[in-house]
Amino acid sequence: MRLLPIVEHAVKGRVWDCRMCGQCVLHSTGMTCPMTCPKTLRNGPCGGVREDGHCEVTPEMECVWTVAERRSRSVINPNAWEREFDHLRPPVDNRLRGTASWSNLFSGRDRQTPLGWDGATYSPDLTVESSLGEVDDIDSLDAGFHERNPLP
Amino acid sequence: MSRLSELVESRERHIVTAEFPSIDGGGLDAVRSKLDPLLPYVDAINATDNPAAHAHASNVSIAIALATLGAEPILQVVCRDRNRIAQQADIMGAALFGVENICALTGDDVTAGDEPEARRVFDLDSPQLIRVASGLAEGRYLSGRPIADPPRLFIGAVENPSAPPLDYRVKRAALKSNEGARFLQLQICYYPDRLEKFITGCVAEGIDVPTALLPTVCLTKSARALTFMHDNVPGIDVPDDIRRRVASAANPAEESYQVTREIAQHALSLRGVAGLHITDFRHDGSLARLVGDLGLRP
Repeated sequence: MRLLPIVEHAVKGRVWDCRMCGQCVLHSTGMTCPMTCPKTLRNGPCGGVREDGHCEVTPEMECVWTVAERRSRSVINPNAWEREFDHLRPPVDNRLRGTASWSNLFSGRDRQTPLGWDGATYSPDLTVESSLGEVDDIDSLDAGFHERNPLP
Repeated sequence: MSRLSELVESRERHIVTAEFPSIDGGGLDAVRSKLDPLLPYVDAINATDNPAAHAHASNVSIAIALATLGAEPILQVVCRDRNRIAQQADIMGAALFGVENICALTGDDVTAGDEPEARRVFDLDSPQLIRVASGLAEGRYLSGRPIADPPRLFIGAVENPSAPPLDYRVKRAALKSNEGARFLQLQICYYPDRLEKFITGCVAEGIDVPTALLPTVCLTKSARALTFMHDNVPGIDVPDDIRRRVASAANPAEESYQVTREIAQHALSLRGVAGLHITDFRHDGSLARLVGDLGLRP
């Protein structure tokens, strides 16, 4: 499995200048990698796009989102993908950087979002603060406590 | 409820918001002296967040100062300088002091400022930030950690009606409106036809009903100022004929004012426009004059 990110980058890096965010959304962005936007915006162009459609930051480059929007309307882009262009894409999970989006797609890991993103909450009993309130001796906490809390 | 939210809901008259000048020192007296000429003429004032990627007294501190001094602040939160944890903390912290109005924006890139070597953050983008702020008001952090006593927030954002891809800007406004933006301060647009097309598109999509559309107008004094904006401010294009008209006028400052007044009048004539956002680079009483000339009564 360690080879997979290398293979993925070899293929997608060459074709789409893939930045290995590990949660690929290319199909919904007109096959244009949003991570190549200098601001790494996932949901459309900023207000700084130049009059000629080029990037505020890199004037010689056409705005990634100008390209994405045009390509998303292409006749060869499936309608379902075109519709997804207007959906709100969640924030990047920075823990997935450098991992293979192919395996994250297969496992569903790339679609996991923080609970609050979709309106859910977790029990306040599980916060570090409330847990510590019940612990007299902090040193008694077992290894990995901070990795597990807060859940999930 | 914030005064701005009441006005957006009632639409009893045109709304006027304005940009607060940057503050770099001088204590609350400095804030007061910049606020006094604005206060009688505006409904709410933007506490800017390191505008054009230049560091100044922070958005949160200015918003709290404005609230303390009797003004209605709008806390700008840009995505360039802080990650999602800090952005949520800022909104929650300002809310402790009664700051309810939030304006979420992407932010100019660090390369637009005087510290272009800085690391850019953009952990969230502006549509995501709107959703996260809406979550705070509903009683949860992005993580899902509940907030027992959620802040009262009135969330808005920015959209550029004049930047490519032009046809997509209405969809982007719809995305922000759907995620909870109840007002959109539209970036300065020197092309009345583009603004009109954008507003018409928003009206056709019904965006103007839940979300107040507030085009920005900018008070400048000279052709040089217009050229500077054209050359240096990302996303602003000032057509040649406007720059020529001001440059060749006998009184460029007055001509500049008239250009702004015409743009403002046109914007207010459009069905679907709820008011104006004013950026004043003149600081010579022109803002009061403009509000008077347009018959706006904050």
